[in-house]
Amino acid sequence: MRIRAAVIVALLLFVLFGIPQLFSLYYVDSMTEVAVYSIVALGLGVLVGRVGLVSLGQVAVLAIGAWAAARLLFATTQPYPVVLIEAGLITMVAGMVIGLPALRLRGLYLALITLMLAGAITVVLDTINFPNGGRGFLGYNGSAVTPPPIRLPSIAANDKAYFQYSVVVAIVMFLLVFVHTRTRPGRAWAAIRQSEPTALATGINVTLYKLWALALASFITGVAGGLLAGASHYLYSIDFPAQNSIILLAVVLMGGAYSMWGAVVAALLYQFLPALLQNWGVSADWLTILFGLGVVQVLTTAPAGLADQVPRDLARLGRLLRRRLARARPMGPMGPVGPAAAGGDPQ
Amino acid sequence: MIEVTGLTVRFGGVTSIDDLSLVFEQGTCGLIGPNGAGKTTFLNVLSGFVRPAGGVVRAFGVDLLSMTHFRRARWGVRRTFQTEQAIEELSVFDNVAVVHEHSKLGSATRKKDVLDAISFVGLDVAPGAKIRTLGAGQRRLVEVARAVVGRPRLVLLDEPAAGLPDEETSHLGEVIRRLPEHTGALTILVDHDMSLVSACCQTTAVLDFGKLIASGPTAAVLRNDDVIRAYLGVA
Repeated sequence: MRIRAAVIVALLLFVLFGIPQLFSLYYVDSMTEVAVYSIVALGLGVLVGRVGLVSLGQVAVLAIGAWAAARLLFATTQPYPVVLIEAGLITMVAGMVIGLPALRLRGLYLALITLMLAGAITVVLDTINFPNGGRGFLGYNGSAVTPPPIRLPSIAANDKAYFQYSVVVAIVMFLLVFVHTRTRPGRAWAAIRQSEPTALATGINVTLYKLWALALASFITGVAGGLLAGASHYLYSIDFPAQNSIILLAVVLMGGAYSMWGAVVAALLYQFLPALLQNWGVSADWLTILFGLGVVQVLTTAPAGLADQVPRDLARLGRLLRRRLARARPMGPMGPVGPAAAGGDPQ
Repeated sequence: MIEVTGLTVRFGGVTSIDDLSLVFEQGTCGLIGPNGAGKTTFLNVLSGFVRPAGGVVRAFGVDLLSMTHFRRARWGVRRTFQTEQAIEELSVFDNVAVVHEHSKLGSATRKKDVLDAISFVGLDVAPGAKIRTLGAGQRRLVEVARAVVGRPRLVLLDEPAAGLPDEETSHLGEVIRRLPEHTGALTILVDHDMSLVSACCQTTAVLDFGKLIASGPTAAVLRNDDVIRAYLGVA
């Protein structure tokens, strides 16, 4: 447990201080998006992995958060963290209002409804546009030739500092979800995922806890939207196409909807891989095919996603190699190695 | 005590429970009958998963049917399912604790109550053990521990011994026999294993096609001609 904590801390320190030093601005910006989308993927993971609510509308929820944050950043001089929390709360309310009727549906029908709603939100955003420093409630000035960029936090006014800022916010969001999964709501969600009758027979108010999961997912996605507003400097409705929600679900399933690492893997697939391919001159369209194959691969061989499969397979490979080495040198420095010494294979 | 009066359940054109009236006094009561007799439906009515077309169910003076399912669980209706439903993702301790957490009891005695329930059912595994590491019999015991933790008033066991080897069934029978005394709850046991029912239940009711065909002391009921004809068969 201690080793695990030490590894996580070391990894976070590398991400926070290593990446801005070692990588070009191109990759740092891409990593900022990874931080943002890891929160979005985490939210979708809460819905899909914890309570079995398949949402195909998370990018639209992200857009609501981005819109609210952009509006508040232009309209007020509030500190950034306050704006992020407000954007999260506004998105949470919106997500719950949209989600409450949808909670009565399950499976395919719920997924369809969320996709429809995402489409509807995209249409609305196309019409009202994102705030660009204009006046009125919508804050959009259609005749602005050079609209002002969305402001950044005073302590993170350049891209590298903003990357670090985003990572810190992402860590806070991950901790928020971690605390939820380890306490009362997490246990209730585990019961709901097992089966709703079991949860009801346990005395769990299933609707309340589903709504709770929806509220949490919407809140953190709204905060991610706020981060994205700052990272993008300018927001356009074409940045949030409804079909991206489907790709997001695909990468969350590939990364692993049941674990928090899965959210990080999903965000890397979703944001970092395209940036990498683009830099190498490979068309990002290949990713659509790759993700399609990846989802099939994961659903057939590893329902818990890459975050579960890769460490398991690496451990298996390690054991295999150790056994091979031991067989090649039976009297080697490690002494005689039998099946017991090779560590029982739990699989 | 549970008083059921004029209970009728219909699924479309099928009348699954037909104007049933019976009383369970106390202790462990058996509920037996052929497949499709309405036993599980009866448990589903008591636990709130099926809404009856008519009738009244009073448990310890409370109108049970007016409460929604999860509120009944909080009030003290506990049940197990035909297919075992210990929660895979949680440890043994958390499986039991989650029931306590959603009962009306405070958190002050939670740890003690949960460990008591685990030791009452005779589970000799670490409380932190994950469910997927347990065998079928142990998982059944986790389910029973979930049913006895806190202060249950009514424990409904739906074929708890199905698929278990004899040794585990006899241990489970021992637990079920001690259950009413330990918890003070009225227990209703649905099972096809007549030796388990005779060992655990002072009284037994027999359903056939949704109607009550016999009830009373278990030994007498199992000798009843109607019961032999409808369910047990002639040797």
